[in-house]
Amino acid sequence: MCTTCGCGDPEIVPVELHERILAGNDRAARHNREHFLAQGVLALNLMGSPGSGKTAILEATARAARERGWRLGAVSADLATDHDARRLEKAGIPARAITTGQACHLDAELVHRSLHDFPWRETDVFFIENVGNLVCPAIYDLGQAANVVVLSVAEGEDKPLKYPVMFKAADLVLLTKCDLLPHLEVDPARIEDALRRVMPRPALIRLSARTGDGLGRWIDWLAERRAALPRSTGAAHAHEHEHEHRGDGGHGHAHEAAAAPGAGPVPPGGGH
Amino acid sequence: MHEYSLVQSLVGRVEAEARARGAVAVHRVVVSVGELSGVDPDLLETAYQTFRAGTGCERAELTIRRVEAGWACPACGRRLGRGAPLGCPECGRPAELPPGADEILLERIEMEVP
Repeated sequence: MCTTCGCGDPEIVPVELHERILAGNDRAARHNREHFLAQGVLALNLMGSPGSGKTAILEATARAARERGWRLGAVSADLATDHDARRLEKAGIPARAITTGQACHLDAELVHRSLHDFPWRETDVFFIENVGNLVCPAIYDLGQAANVVVLSVAEGEDKPLKYPVMFKAADLVLLTKCDLLPHLEVDPARIEDALRRVMPRPALIRLSARTGDGLGRWIDWLAERRAALPRSTGAAHAHEHEHEHRGDGGHGHAHEAAAAPGAGPVPPGGGH
Repeated sequence: MHEYSLVQSLVGRVEAEARARGAVAVHRVVVSVGELSGVDPDLLETAYQTFRAGTGCERAELTIRRVEAGWACPACGRRLGRGAPLGCPECGRPAELPPGADEILLERIEMEVP
């Protein structure tokens, strides 16, 4: 009721909120992050175009990780088919497919649901292979410790400039298919220059999953990130509790993550 | 096309706030969209116009404020030119964005309370 003149008209009330529209996803992501940290699992969000070589990198990583004694795990998202998850299983990585249907990206709730029937706790490094897409996945926090963006040399030197949001979100860029460079008119230095214009802390590793060149540096980067994982101080809570999946990103139980998000500075593993 | 799922979250949040305050109608929703938020303001507007029918936002205008990227040095405040490498030319420090430049925020709801 208008209280100024008593005219009986309803009142227009401005409500100032200034809150993230993705607040619901952020809550679910914090929840995932807390689980990963409590178990000492390095969770990585692997993004990139369709065909950039995300799955091939993981297959190659499986071989190298075996030598280090790391246990890997992965969930792999595509609009349709479980082809990537099956490829990863074949490479020795326990994997589960997340079929997103029409959704062009993963969100934290989808990842959380996929964890329920997956032995992710028994992994040292857990990969979340996102939907192949350089646009939408960039804005959804999944609870990962770091974002790794896969860019193949065949995609063009100016890709980082065309998709600045994705590359700004990257903690590390893997420049893949470098074995193709002799056949292409592509100068990797120009890709690196483009990255410096969209990433405040550019970090890039050139590699080839096929020849294995550069894989050692990627494995070193993983080892550094594992060593830098904040050790959880709170009691690790089991994940067997009942969840209410209401579909709004909220949860039936609340426990805010005490640990910092994985946006810390990238160790000097990048460059070339 | 994640703009549709964003609008879904936005409308849900506005409806919840309106319910909590006993509003009879929502007149305006003000959103700020950062240049590096990964959201296209025009697509967001289209998604909103499509999605709002039959929701608590049916009669609510959407106002979108755009926030420029404006990378700057966190130490000396020097603004970097568009497309320039993201390190301060003076001290080399990694540049930072102004608040909101990489976010999409629900700023304000104007609602009618009886």
